[in-house]
Amino acid sequence: MIRVTGLSRRAGSKTILDSVDLRIHRGEIFTIIGPSGSGKTTLLRLIDLLDTPTTGTIIFDGIDASASNTVRLSIRRRMGMVFQKPAVLNTTVAENVAFGLKFRGVEKSEIDSRVPEALDIVGLLHLADRRAFTLSGGEMQRVAIARALVTRPDVLILDEPTANLDPVNTELIENLILLVHREFQTTIILSTHDMIQGQRLADRIGVIIDGRMVQTGSTNDIFYQPTGKDIARFVGIDTVLKGVVKTNDGGHAEIEIGTALFEAITNAQPGEKVALYIRPEEVTLMLPDYGSTKTSARNQLTGTITRMVPLGPFIRVTVDCGTLLIALITRRSCKELGFAIGVVVKVGVKASAIHVLPETS
Amino acid sequence: MSEIISGFYQAINLIVTLNPEVMQIAALSLIISLAATILAAVISIPLGGLIHFYEFRGKRILIVIIQTLYSVPTVVVGLVLYLMLSRSGPLGVWGLLFTPEGMILGQAMLIIPIITGLVIAALGGVDRNISDTLISLGATGPQAIVQIVREARLVILSAVILGFGRAISEVGVAMMIGGNIRGSTRVLTTAIALQTGIGDFPFSIALGLILLLISLFIVIIMNLITSGLSVESQQALGGPRT
Repeated sequence: MIRVTGLSRRAGSKTILDSVDLRIHRGEIFTIIGPSGSGKTTLLRLIDLLDTPTTGTIIFDGIDASASNTVRLSIRRRMGMVFQKPAVLNTTVAENVAFGLKFRGVEKSEIDSRVPEALDIVGLLHLADRRAFTLSGGEMQRVAIARALVTRPDVLILDEPTANLDPVNTELIENLILLVHREFQTTIILSTHDMIQGQRLADRIGVIIDGRMVQTGSTNDIFYQPTGKDIARFVGIDTVLKGVVKTNDGGHAEIEIGTALFEAITNAQPGEKVALYIRPEEVTLMLPDYGSTKTSARNQLTGTITRMVPLGPFIRVTVDCGTLLIALITRRSCKELGFAIGVVVKVGVKASAIHVLPETS
Repeated sequence: MSEIISGFYQAINLIVTLNPEVMQIAALSLIISLAATILAAVISIPLGGLIHFYEFRGKRILIVIIQTLYSVPTVVVGLVLYLMLSRSGPLGVWGLLFTPEGMILGQAMLIIPIITGLVIAALGGVDRNISDTLISLGATGPQAIVQIVREARLVILSAVILGFGRAISEVGVAMMIGGNIRGSTRVLTTAIALQTGIGDFPFSIALGLILLLISLFIVIIMNLITSGLSVESQQALGGPRT
């Protein structure tokens, strides 16, 4: 559907986007995740043809988007974009939604039938005659989505559509995005700095860090097999351990980290320096007097809890086992098991839950 | 003191009885200043739009010059226009000196900078996201410009009313270009100056009251308009008014 090649954008001496290559397939939800300021918005604005790239090309459905302004306009009119901060015009909700159709010279009778249709999809039909300025943030965002949808775009671009919304509205918008995707088979490109949201919505994910598209792949690829330390950090992998492969028996390796031996699945050969990435929710904690037979985790260590940081319903527990391991435990479990700083616990990690990458730096 | 009080009563009397001369002067004032405001608006709104929407060298400097002209002394505008319109001046053949048309021209010149400057500020006050949104919705350049101007319409209207307020209350241009000719170019401000000079206080007070009433009317209209505006737009016009 969209092919982006060598796309860069510089502002003065600063490179905001650095030769991004990307393919968006027809009918998929592609999510761009990355920290704030990594270039997500810049990339989406370039794809929507709002800005022009410093270098690189965008091919939309086989058409080179740099051909002429007329071509750019006709391509832009096949897309709809929803911005992070919804901007509504100072008029009624219905008229806000009608703009895209008016610009395209659609007949008034058709506008009158399509606007309510779009408002119905986002659940705002009852507010059609309200002044758009009087709406709440979540409602404005839904107006923005209706406004983009009413033109029946081939591609819908959403730039952090829930960044300024509360959890209830966030869920509403997410469900709306999934509904649109299901009902109209619209190709959707979405950016978010919330990796969990990326995971919930995406068919495929692209990770952008410091203006570079560092990894694209399925949700599983990104979350469990990140190709670099920055990506790992961003997708929530807290524990990165450095070690040396001791033995490797058909992909089942023993890796020495400090004084401990870890088992993990990798092709890395003995003697190779590697980094172990462990997601905190894959780390289990038990009291030491529990029988070790009760767990299937291959890697068992004993250590002392040194830090506990509350994270919503979870507590991020740091355990010192010679190396530091981080686990995500529910508040309830922590309380029931009596975890506290200074308590000695048994730490378990499955061999299959450890992601091994060659150590680069 | 008693002179002031009796002058005040006589002034009220002049107004309530619709004294023909007072009414004629007030009407002429309104007509001239309204015409000047319309002329200025017709020039300033597109001019402000042009300056806002097009990038060119020296844009910042031009805006600073326009803002400086907000407070240009009315007598300076009067002087410049006098030199242009006097019989030996470059525009002398138009024969506009000491005519209502000349006054209209002068007052328009006086308020074009204010309206233009405030139009630029009004358009700049429209959320940048609005123009992005319009373009992404498939607007052509001209379609987007029309919508942005419409979005700023209330602030632009306020700017025009503000311009009218300055036009009707100025003395310099009216005196120097109009010449304060009775029945032809004598307006509220010049009449007050003259009548006060010859000691006809009731007449001056009556005209002064009418001028104040017009100002009050302007403020009320401005309030009605700006109370419907966003905080940002109000600030562009010099702070919240409600």
